[in-house]
Amino acid sequence: MLIFIARRIAFAIPTLLIVITLSFFLMRLAPGSPFQNGRRLTPEIERNIMAKYGMNRPLAAQYLGYLGGVAHGDLGPSLKYQDKSVSDIIGQSFLKSAMLGLTALVLAIAIGGTCGIAAALHQNGRADYIATLITTLGICIPTFVTAPLLVLIFAGWLGWLPTAGWGGPRNLVLPVLVLALPQIAIITRLIRAGMIEVLRSNFIRTARAKGLSQRRILLRHALPAAVLPLVSYLGPACASLLTGSLVVEQIFALPGLGKFFVTSALQRDYTIVMGTVILYSALILVLNLVSDLIYAVLDPRVRLT
Amino acid sequence: MSGAAPDLAFTGDPETASQPTGRSLWQDARRRLFRNRAAVASLALLVIAAIVGPWLSPFAYDAMHKDQIWSGPLAYGHLLGTDALGRDLLARLLLGLRVSLTVGVVATAVSLVIGITYGATAGYFGGRIDEVMMRIVDILYSLPFIFFVILLMVTFGKNFILLFVAIGAVEWLTMARIVRGQTISLKQKDFIEAARAAGLTSGAIIRRHIAPNLLGPVVVYVTLTIPGVILAESFLSFLGLGVQEPMTSLGTLISEGARDMALAPWLLFFPGIVMALTLMAFNFIGDGLRDAIDPKDR
Repeated sequence: MLIFIARRIAFAIPTLLIVITLSFFLMRLAPGSPFQNGRRLTPEIERNIMAKYGMNRPLAAQYLGYLGGVAHGDLGPSLKYQDKSVSDIIGQSFLKSAMLGLTALVLAIAIGGTCGIAAALHQNGRADYIATLITTLGICIPTFVTAPLLVLIFAGWLGWLPTAGWGGPRNLVLPVLVLALPQIAIITRLIRAGMIEVLRSNFIRTARAKGLSQRRILLRHALPAAVLPLVSYLGPACASLLTGSLVVEQIFALPGLGKFFVTSALQRDYTIVMGTVILYSALILVLNLVSDLIYAVLDPRVRLT
Repeated sequence: MSGAAPDLAFTGDPETASQPTGRSLWQDARRRLFRNRAAVASLALLVIAAIVGPWLSPFAYDAMHKDQIWSGPLAYGHLLGTDALGRDLLARLLLGLRVSLTVGVVATAVSLVIGITYGATAGYFGGRIDEVMMRIVDILYSLPFIFFVILLMVTFGKNFILLFVAIGAVEWLTMARIVRGQTISLKQKDFIEAARAAGLTSGAIIRRHIAPNLLGPVVVYVTLTIPGVILAESFLSFLGLGVQEPMTSLGTLISEGARDMALAPWLLFFPGIVMALTLMAFNFIGDGLRDAIDPKDR
């Protein structure tokens, strides 16, 4: 197990290096600079600003300097927001994104898990049929359609909820719902398929033969085996919830990381863009590792090497 | 026969290996495909509408009718109404569908070419080459790709062709993995050994014996990739990084619809419905084909 973790961490380092390199040079290739925002700067001022942020050095030196900073956990200053470090900005907006994503994920697991089990128990029955219909819809209607639709219905026509913005919990109902819907669909499907397969297996037949109660068979014997596909899905799912929030944050005007990323990319705020990309990559790597570990704990047949 | 047919491909009777295996696999696939009649019919309808539609439409997609701004469905002969510039929504929707489907097909083709070449090479040569090549895929897998596509679009401008390439370059990873796995398992089959014993060159073996058996899973994955690509393009267009005016795509239309929905909800409804229909048709067909080709999943 420890060797497995060590190997994965060793694998993560070149991955992050590639991420940093690619995003660094892609960003610098982009036309325009972070200091041109409509106002014409005199060459002297521009030179001074460039010098202040060390951007008058050769590109290779800047790259190495940046790498050194990242190795020490320093993501540099923001180029647009004066006197703020990238870590501060990203930390604040990431908290908001993470809160949104986690709430959606918990909601999705609760609803999707229940629906999936119900559908599997009544395979080909009415509950199964309804669940299949809903999951198909959930997978085929993308968030950028559901989000404006729900806003139109619940904020525009019914007036029950606010349209957009970051404030009280009422502001978060629609964004969380929009983020959770496709996840509910996928989780229902995974749990249903897993449950159906497990319920047919020999150890469940044995448990039935022993005369255990249905409840005990389901929760104690079937469920741990049936959630395995879900566990390996959850790693990438967390990541997609965070990227999915790109659209949701745009539509609901939430000050989360996704919205920050798009704005910063358009404004050429190099350091913020790179900090965000690094954070997301690290997050994906960690989440995948965690989901592999949980998988190994739940499934005694899996041996990590 | 439904259960036995695909299995034939893997028992590896050398006589029937090259031609009849492929056919029986495809027969089964076709049979299952047509069972999803609704999905096939709606996809055919969408494709025909996308190809022929823009020519049949009485309005041009970029013709502005300044006096008919935001007119509702059926007003002034606009079946689905008009947008903020008085352009006919039906004409724009047909064009948008055409653009989205084109992006889907072309970008998938890009991913197909890269994925098959890469995967088959890694699988066929095996050993250290395979190890290194697949490690690279592993690394690329953990990159947040949507960010890189956004960075690319920001860097190189909102270029239509780049959009194809960028999305295609993102989507080839899974294809490469599938092709590699399939190649490795095929390489060890008896019918390949029989072909080798019969004196066929490796080129001929790959073409006549490996490629036809690869096609099954690849076709399945293609039908599942196309909707993914359409979704990715719409996602970018929604953020304003995709197809630019006066051209349009489903994502651009939905984005405009979302902006004007309080005044003209039909601008959101109709593109949304077409989008959902397209994705649903592809997903149904892909799932059906996967069931046909992967007997385990039935």
